[in-house]
Amino acid sequence: MSFFEILRSAMRGVAANKLRSVLTLLGVMIGVGSVILLLAVGNGSAQTVQSAITNLGTNTLTVRASGGGGGTTTTSTSVKEITAATADQLASAGLGHVKEVVPQVSTSLTVASPTASEDSTTIIGSTADYFDVSTTTIASGAAFTAADETTSAKVAVIGSTLATELFPTASALGGSISIDGTPFTVVGILATQSSTGISDPNSEVIAPLSRIQKSYTGYGAVSSLTVLATSSDAVTAAQGEVTVMLNQLLGVTDASDEPFTVTNQSSLLETAAASATSFTVLLGAVAAISLLVGGIGVTNVMLVTVTERTREIGIRKALGATRGAVLGQFLAEAATLTLLGGVLGVIAAVIGSQWEINGTQPVILGYSIPLALGVSVAIGVFFGVYPAGRAANMRPIQALRAI
Amino acid sequence: MPVVLKLSGIEQVYGTGEASVRALRGIDLDVEQGDYVAIMGPSGSGKSTLMNLLGCLDVASSGSYELAGTDVSSLTERELARVRNEEIGFVFQSFNLVPRMSALANVELPLIYGGLRRAERRRLALEALELVGLSDRADHQPQELSGGQQQRVAIARALVTSPTLVLADEPTGNLDSESTEEILSILDSLASAGRTIVIITHEENVAERAHRVLTISDGLITADRALAGAR
Repeated sequence: MSFFEILRSAMRGVAANKLRSVLTLLGVMIGVGSVILLLAVGNGSAQTVQSAITNLGTNTLTVRASGGGGGTTTTSTSVKEITAATADQLASAGLGHVKEVVPQVSTSLTVASPTASEDSTTIIGSTADYFDVSTTTIASGAAFTAADETTSAKVAVIGSTLATELFPTASALGGSISIDGTPFTVVGILATQSSTGISDPNSEVIAPLSRIQKSYTGYGAVSSLTVLATSSDAVTAAQGEVTVMLNQLLGVTDASDEPFTVTNQSSLLETAAASATSFTVLLGAVAAISLLVGGIGVTNVMLVTVTERTREIGIRKALGATRGAVLGQFLAEAATLTLLGGVLGVIAAVIGSQWEINGTQPVILGYSIPLALGVSVAIGVFFGVYPAGRAANMRPIQALRAI
Repeated sequence: MPVVLKLSGIEQVYGTGEASVRALRGIDLDVEQGDYVAIMGPSGSGKSTLMNLLGCLDVASSGSYELAGTDVSSLTERELARVRNEEIGFVFQSFNLVPRMSALANVELPLIYGGLRRAERRRLALEALELVGLSDRADHQPQELSGGQQQRVAIARALVTSPTLVLADEPTGNLDSESTEEILSILDSLASAGRTIVIITHEENVAERAHRVLTISDGLITADRALAGAR
C-alpha cells in the first residue's frame, strides 16, 4: 500500500466523521493557540518593562524627603531639609562613586502661549546638569546653560506634546510662554519619549532652578536630588555613600529615622522585570494546562475512535491489510487532524497577537510555536496510533468480535 | 481435481488448565478445487472455529493446514496477511462492510492492500459488482443498502481478488427468505463457474445447495456425504 493510498484513506477517514474531526481540530487549535498567545502576552509585558528600564537610565539614584510632600520634614526640628545647597555639598564631598548631583523642584502651574493655555502643567526647576542625568534629549533648540542658571534667566525647555498644544500652527522654538503670568522664552523642545510613570514627560516644562525658586517655590527644600553614579555597577555603592553623607550633612543622629529615602531606579525596575518574568511563567503554566486539557480531549476522541473502529481494523485485516497498513492509516489520520488543528491554532494566535491585550502588545516567542505544535501533534499521534497498534496486533478474529 | 484445502489433525484449544475448552479435537479434511462444501452443526460444535482457521483469521493450536499447497500454520503475520488477501474471500454473517465507505470503495479495499493501481482496481471492482447485480448501487454507502444488497457487496468484495477459496460463514443468517435465495443463487453460479466454496450453515435448505455436506459435532467431523449436485 503506497504512501499516497495511505494518505487518501486517511483523508477519507477524517471526512467520514465530521463532528469528531471538528471537535478534535478545535481541541488542538485552542490548546496550541492559547499557549502561543499567552506566552506572547507575558513576553510582551516583560519587554515593556525592559524598555522602561533602558529609558530611565540605570545609573541614577533618586533622593526624596520622606514624611510629607514639598520636602518638609516634621519628624525632628533639629534635622535640616534637603536644599539646593545640600546638593552642592553632596557633589563636592568627594564621594568616590558619585559623579553628579542634580537638585530638582517641581510644581504644577498654568502655562499659556499667546493662543493657548494648559492648566496643571508640571514645571521642573533644575540645573543644566539635569539633561545629563535624565534620559530626555533635546529634539530642537538647546538646553539652558549654567549661565542661565546663575542669572536666573527666564528660559524654558518644553515637552513635545506641550509644544504642539501651545503652538499648534507655528514652531514653539523661540516663542514666548507665560508660566503663571511670568514670561519665559522657549529655547529647546524635548524629543518625544514613551511615558513610563504617572506624569507625561512630553508635557513638562523644564526651567533653571534659580528662576523657579525665585518666582514660585521659594529657596527652601527641593523636591528631589538625582544622583548620577560613575557607572551602572557603582549604583549600589553610590547609594551607600549618599546615605551616609546626607545623614552627616543634615545632622541625622538616628539612622533608623532618616528624613529622606534613596531609591535606586534600576533595582526597582529589576523587581518589575522579575515580576514580569514570573507573570510570563504563570501565563505559560495556564497555557500549558490548557494545552494539556486540549490534549486530553484529543486523546479521548482518539481512544474512542480506535475502540469503535476495532471491528473495522478486524475487517481490514481479514481482507489482507498488514499491521503496517493499519498503523499507517491511523497515523496519517491522527497526524492530519492534529497538524491541521495545530496550524489553525498558530494562525489564530498570530492574528490574535496583532491586538493589544489588556494594554500589552503581545510579542510571539519564536520557540512557542514549534513547542505547542510539537506537543499537541505528539499527543494526538501517540494516542491515535498506540491503541490502533494494539488492535492491529490482535488476530483478525479477535478484532472482528469486538463490539 | 487437485486438493486446495488439506487439514490434518487440527486441534484448537481456548484457555489454559482446567478452564480450557477444546473447540476442535482433530479435524482431517481434504477439499478439491471447484468443490462446494457445506459444514453443518449445532451451536458450539466448533464449526465457526473451523471456519476462522480456514480463513486464516485465527491460528490452530496444533495440526497442519495446507492452502493451495502452502503450509499456512508456519507463516509469519505478514505472509498470512498476503494469503488472506490473495487466496481467501470471506463472506461474513454480519456483512462486515466498512461503514461510511461506498460499495465500490468497499469492494476495492482488498485490491488496495494487494497493491493494484487505481484504474485497475476500479475496473475489477465494477466487474465484481456487476457479477452480483449491484453496479447501479456502486456509490451507495452500506447503511443505504438493504441486508441482501450489503451481503451481495460483501460477496463482490470476496470475489474481486479471484481467490482460491471463498468462505462464507452463515451468509444468509441475517437475511429474509427472498434475499437468502438471491445469495444462494449467486453462490450456485459461482460453484458452477468452478469456484471452490466452503459455507457454514445450520439451515438444511442452505446446505442442500452444496455438493458435499459435512456435519461437525463436539469438535469432530461426524458425517461426510456427497449430494446429487456433485460431479
